Amino acid sequence: MSATATLNTAMPTSEQQGIKEHTDGRFGFVPVQTRSGRFTSVQVADFAPVTGREAVWKLSPVKKFTDLTEGVLDGSVYPVESAAVPGVSVAWVDRTDPRIGAAGAPEERAAANAWSSFDRALAITISGEDAKEVTLTRADLGSGPRGAHTIIEAKPFSRAILILSNTGEARLSENVEIILGDSAHLTVVSLQEWGDTAVHLANHFATIGRDARLKHVVVSLGGSIVRVNPSVRLAGEGSDTELLGLYFADAGQHLEQQVFVNHDAPNSRSRVTYKGALQGQGARTVWIGDVLIGRNATGTDSYEQNRNLVLTEGTRADSIPNLEIETGDIKGAGHASATGRFDDEQLFYLQSRGITEDEARRLVVRGFLSEIVQQIGSPTLEDRLQAAIEAELTESTPS
Amino acid sequence: MSVLEIKDLHVSVETDQGTKQILHGVNLTINEGEIHAIMGPNGSGKSTLAYTIAGHPKYTVDSGSILLDGEEVTTMTVDQRARAGLFLAMQYPVEIPGVTVTNFLRTAKTAIDGESPAIRTWIKDVRESMKALRMDKAFAERNVNEGFSGGEKKRNEILQLELLKPRFAVLDETDSGLDVDALKIVSEGVNRAKENTGLGLLLITHYTRILRYITPDFVHVFVDGRIAEQGGPELADRLEDEGYDRYQSAAVAS
Repeated sequence: MSATATLNTAMPTSEQQGIKEHTDGRFGFVPVQTRSGRFTSVQVADFAPVTGREAVWKLSPVKKFTDLTEGVLDGSVYPVESAAVPGVSVAWVDRTDPRIGAAGAPEERAAANAWSSFDRALAITISGEDAKEVTLTRADLGSGPRGAHTIIEAKPFSRAILILSNTGEARLSENVEIILGDSAHLTVVSLQEWGDTAVHLANHFATIGRDARLKHVVVSLGGSIVRVNPSVRLAGEGSDTELLGLYFADAGQHLEQQVFVNHDAPNSRSRVTYKGALQGQGARTVWIGDVLIGRNATGTDSYEQNRNLVLTEGTRADSIPNLEIETGDIKGAGHASATGRFDDEQLFYLQSRGITEDEARRLVVRGFLSEIVQQIGSPTLEDRLQAAIEAELTESTPS
Repeated sequence: MSVLEIKDLHVSVETDQGTKQILHGVNLTINEGEIHAIMGPNGSGKSTLAYTIAGHPKYTVDSGSILLDGEEVTTMTVDQRARAGLFLAMQYPVEIPGVTVTNFLRTAKTAIDGESPAIRTWIKDVRESMKALRMDKAFAERNVNEGFSGGEKKRNEILQLELLKPRFAVLDETDSGLDVDALKIVSEGVNRAKENTGLGLLLITHYTRILRYITPDFVHVFVDGRIAEQGGPELADRLEDEGYDRYQSAAVAS
């Protein structure tokens, strides 16, 4: 600058020094700085039509489900099967139920559309300290676009494993609110074994009370487009969450999960582990893992990881971990992401013990995904999932 | 009687600097029940020989052959070789996440025998072998080599040797990284396997240490990709005293 000073003796203006608004076209627009600062609303009209450029949509095939983001959704009640289990009540409740909106609010248009549309919410209320397991099955949602709302409330000190099983065809946008009272221990497994053409957009919002523990498991195997986004707020001191995910994308399938853990109280703990396998032309998976450790979340212990195993050519796996830390006084925070092909040395080792290449590949994939299955804590479901993974692998084995 | 013959074996490997010849004509015959020690300095091609016998895809056989009872091994896949009766105890066994030792052993045994082992005797065999190798029962439910110490990985290799009962086994620097107690346990396991099945052994090592516990019938000195000298166990003693300098200076001179 000193060289030009001789040519221009006037003092530089503030504009020349760059002290002015950037002219990047948005005139002072500041992007959302904190993950918890995103705009939320339960009204679909508050969101502009989806373009696919939005942060929450940019990796999704939005053109394939405009009926769910822009259209009118059927919000009527639908068939749900479940066995009667003591301590678990399942009922349809009015929109005025005070629990609605207690765990979160939509950050995007499809979720808001569902929220604006549902007639009544399915409410699952869990009480009692005895361990119990209940499975709710939705198998008959029809092929028209639907909006739905579910509340899962675990009363203080209650214990349960809740399996939400989804099969058949569907075009569904839904919100699931999960509310854990103090010291409740709840496992929620969302199991997507949809038919081949199903589209499922789900947002799970959870809020965890003091010393309560949520294990949340997303298993996506079937469906054309499946997007399950769990968002967990660790609201009570000493609250704990384990977020597990397992997905297996075949040719043409889009399986997505955007995970958000919000540490909003001291001494909370979170672990996020999502593992996926991809095979076949156009198999696509997306994992975004956001962890926010808030200013008040001292003593936080957090770790998130995503692993993808690519089995064939022609697949794409996106894996995006984000970690945002607003206090330095924490126990630990880390993230890891890895996407890779088969480890040739593993195959060599197994083959050198007489195991054929196909069988060795199956063993490695089974082992890779088993790490998630083994942590669910329901032996019957674990067996069923091992069999489902086996079926995926058998289908794929090149002959 | 089984015999493993290696005839004029030339092997190369692809590196960033291009193709590199490693084995320059190896000749070796191992009969069932014999123990052959291959000793040599680092970089002489000992491990290449081990991996070539097992069929690792990294190594290319340019010429020569490996015959198991007259049958060509070099054209077999890795798993075919194992089913034909060859075994490699690896220097650095890899971890297989999510696959338990129990599951792995049963799968391998089934593959090698062509049928699942009878459950009751199999469980007993596994337990006894593990006990003999001083492996805790908990190992059976751990994932293969995951979080194992160096010594535990080597014991796990010998456990497989005992249970899979190959006709010929190559032990690639099984002694490296073992303390004296572990070395004894592993050596006992190898001797036990030989006693029980009469297999032939190719023991690849840099040091003479393991030869105090496993007595070789033949010792081969491996230098610059070929066998430079052969002899009985006394050759190992001489190497212990003199080292490999004598051979290396000769190799440079030639």
